[in-house]
Amino acid sequence: MAYCRGRYYPYTALALGLSCMPIILKNLTVAYDGHPAIHHVNCSFEFGSLTAVTGPNGAGKSTLIKVLAGLMNYDGVIEMNGLEMADIGYLPQIHESDKSFAISVLDLAIMGYWKKVGAFRKISAAMLDDAKKTLETVGLSGFEGRAIGTLSAGQFQRALFARAMLQNAKLILLDEPFSAVDANTTADLLNIMHGWSAAGKTVIAVLHDMDQIRENFPETMLLARECVACGKTAEVLTNKNLAWAKDTMAENWDENSPVCEAAA
Amino acid sequence: MIFHYIISPFIEPQVQRALAACLALSIGFAPVGIILIMRRMSLIGDSLSHAILPGTALGYVSAGAMSVGLMTLGGIITGLAVVFFSTLVTRNTSQKEDTSFASFYVISTAIGIILIRLKGGDEEVVHMLFGDAESIDNTTLLLVMAAVSLGLTVFAVIYRPLIIECFDPVFMRVSGARGGLYHHIFLALAVISLVAGFRALGTLMAMGLMLLPAASARFWVNNIGKILVISSAFATASSIGGLLISYHLHVPPGAAIVLVAAGFYLFSLGVGSNDSLRKRLLQPRHLRG
Repeated sequence: MAYCRGRYYPYTALALGLSCMPIILKNLTVAYDGHPAIHHVNCSFEFGSLTAVTGPNGAGKSTLIKVLAGLMNYDGVIEMNGLEMADIGYLPQIHESDKSFAISVLDLAIMGYWKKVGAFRKISAAMLDDAKKTLETVGLSGFEGRAIGTLSAGQFQRALFARAMLQNAKLILLDEPFSAVDANTTADLLNIMHGWSAAGKTVIAVLHDMDQIRENFPETMLLARECVACGKTAEVLTNKNLAWAKDTMAENWDENSPVCEAAA
Repeated sequence: MIFHYIISPFIEPQVQRALAACLALSIGFAPVGIILIMRRMSLIGDSLSHAILPGTALGYVSAGAMSVGLMTLGGIITGLAVVFFSTLVTRNTSQKEDTSFASFYVISTAIGIILIRLKGGDEEVVHMLFGDAESIDNTTLLLVMAAVSLGLTVFAVIYRPLIIECFDPVFMRVSGARGGLYHHIFLALAVISLVAGFRALGTLMAMGLMLLPAASARFWVNNIGKILVISSAFATASSIGGLLISYHLHVPPGAAIVLVAAGFYLFSLGVGSNDSLRKRLLQPRHLRG
């Protein structure tokens, strides 16, 4: 086992090209129509870390997740040491896909094999077995053949977790994964996320529930357009920091804001 | 009696050719129609059917007569042009696909109307819009068969990524796959299919044979593979039935085929086994769990 920043990792993981700090944000700014949603953010996410991103509405949390997923243009630097696009799993806040689409739960889960099989290679019996086992792991045993349209919001989220697992993503980005999910499902999914982190996957999740964050997430990033604090959860979620985040976001929207002079 | 009404019309070579063309289209249209429905693009498909009009007209004007090759080529070029400009606008602005497609297809249709008026007569316009199965010659039949074969082959090749792209384009983008590419290939297939169908069915009625069987199949099963099979079966039956009606009543075959397909649609809507009116209105007693 290799030691890195207070944790042990399998050598194989490091040999695969994963540094122990896979993601570093340097001076990251993301703007909509010139107005920054994320403003000069510096932060890093360690390999295998389980990080909560929190902050008031409009703080740029979803934007941060999207930019990490490669879905937005940005200024600044994002270093993803050893990570490729296909290594990223992304669960959006509102899944825009059509729930009446005529595919089964198993079909949805095995989309996770895309990186492995591409357009032409065969999905083997062993892979299908794996997929079924993964569906069991997320609590959907017996649902393989069900049309996705018949799933509840919580079950659909479980199915998306299964897809991310089969994708074998090394970085998993979740935007408010529990917003439409009951306590029981939340507990199950949190368990799965702990398992991911233990297996060396980096997990970054946007969340609002402070107690849930304190209990489950060792690292936290507090956003209010700028990064208020980033690091150990207990050190980040102080009353002072939370009050600061709230006050920063309470500033009124300035339609004619002057150009930012900070170094680009 | 049965022989007279059902078998004997197909002894005539003209009707045989029409039947062969329509059967090929029935199978070739199925995958395109299903994806259009699944992606909620039915009306975009409709706009494509208008979009190919000026190209066919241009082919007609420059050839001076009903030249199948030129009209087909013209239709494909203008159809693809509308697809190209529409997706260019959709990708680079915040305007949605339906708006950009509608914008470019009306431009295309307006150009088509003027071109036909400058050169042609009313009869040609009617044939272009509503089809003329009687006039299908061997060249046309060969073109239809080639287009359908090409379409089915390409569809089989891009099937997996296309389905994923339709269901979850964000997943494809995050995975680093070129999802947009498959979508564009599909739109090109839709154009080629519609151009293949316009001679037999007309630009407007081709859309009917594409969408109605797929929509009907949706009322029976909830799985893309099965929808494909059932949709092709409905389309095939509609083609045979429609051609017979057209033969006996001397009405345009495209419209007759679409009306038979409409019959299947209404039947499926009423008593289908998946989410039909029967399922909605006559719910069985609920199960224990």
